[in-house]
Amino acid sequence: MISPVTSLIAIVLSSILTENYVLAQSIGICPFLGVSKKTGTAVGMSLAVTFVMTMAVAVTWPIQHFVLEKYGLEYLQTIVFILVIAALVQLVEAILKKYVPALYRALGVYLPLITTNCAVLAVTVLCAGRTGTVIYGNTYGYGSALVNALGSGAGYLVAMVLFSGVRQKMENSDVPNFLKGMPITLIAASILALSFLGFGGLVENLLGV
Amino acid sequence: MAGNMKEFTKGLIKENPTLVLLLGTCPTLAISSSALDSLGMGIAATLVLVCSNAVISALKRFIPDSVRIPAFITVIASFVSIIQMLIKAFVPALDKSLGIFLPLIVVNCIILGRAEMFASKNKVWPSILDGLGMGCGFTLAITTMGIIRELLGSGTLFGLPVTEKFMEPIGIFSMTAGGFFVYGILIATVNKIAKRRNPEPGCASCPMASLCQSKDKRECGEGGEDK
Repeated sequence: MISPVTSLIAIVLSSILTENYVLAQSIGICPFLGVSKKTGTAVGMSLAVTFVMTMAVAVTWPIQHFVLEKYGLEYLQTIVFILVIAALVQLVEAILKKYVPALYRALGVYLPLITTNCAVLAVTVLCAGRTGTVIYGNTYGYGSALVNALGSGAGYLVAMVLFSGVRQKMENSDVPNFLKGMPITLIAASILALSFLGFGGLVENLLGV
Repeated sequence: MAGNMKEFTKGLIKENPTLVLLLGTCPTLAISSSALDSLGMGIAATLVLVCSNAVISALKRFIPDSVRIPAFITVIASFVSIIQMLIKAFVPALDKSLGIFLPLIVVNCIILGRAEMFASKNKVWPSILDGLGMGCGFTLAITTMGIIRELLGSGTLFGLPVTEKFMEPIGIFSMTAGGFFVYGILIATVNKIAKRRNPEPGCASCPMASLCQSKDKRECGEGGEDK
């Protein structure tokens, strides 16, 4: 019997390491390549993404469960989710600006960009799709969805920070003209993704799920 | 007419959205492990792009500037939902292999990018041609990647066995890591042949760049990048 806590830990670990959005599923690549030049901005962007991801799942999961599925409106999922995310981003921005100015200064610039970040839409659709299935020995529900969103955001942060370090090293290295710019950045990302393959099977073996 | 044709042809090579403007990287990397899926993705995205470009350019006078991004997203999301239903009904196998990336066409930067940069500033007919050209350019690039990755990664081409007699498939090319690698090499090769500089990874091509630049007078989250 697997305890619910073990199951949640397994979800977090797998969404950071084995199912990493950027490095294993290639979701959210634009900001991964665009704003990973400096570690500071990479951290700011990832924290904003994590924040919005968790909020978005917190809002869209009940909508999917209590409105769309109840009334047979699943075909509206895409349009409803993206509008909820767009509205949510505006709301979060306004609230942060008024009540938590310190956090707004840190994350504010990134917020308008996040509406069109595919990682946010992906996490809401994936979490809604997994509902009711058994993942790591427990039925996937609201709690699992929230933990999954948080873990995916953390995975995003890990990928961005690691990659910004790689890119800073790359700035000073002598790259053949043929590969300068985007190509060498993509090849570096490829090697980083390759190293993350090493985590395969880690969660299952570590926690016995 | 000749001027209009330029709107179509520029998307194929000169301003190819995937290889030159670096838009729509997520589906390019995720779907291109199979040539057939890439073709399906390309066609689906092209249909959405043409329809949304046409509608957005027809409605451009009625959409207030301050809410244009949500308005564009709504238009795009409607067309994506229609395409999604059509694919589910007529090509269920494609629906299964595209999976999460089918709804993610909504946030494909090519579509929002063309809406923001072209359709909202031009007439309906050039916008349709622009959408068609950009869509074909995307399809061309993603299918080329699909062919390379499928051939190396699973030894097949559009599902038919090709290299099984003399070469063991290199599984890594079917994974994300291989996708990054092939994409990088493809961009380098195309730019070498066209004798131009490789594009830099950055915010320049992002459709939201103008929005967030005007917002804070900062360079798109780059925090005052020194040039």
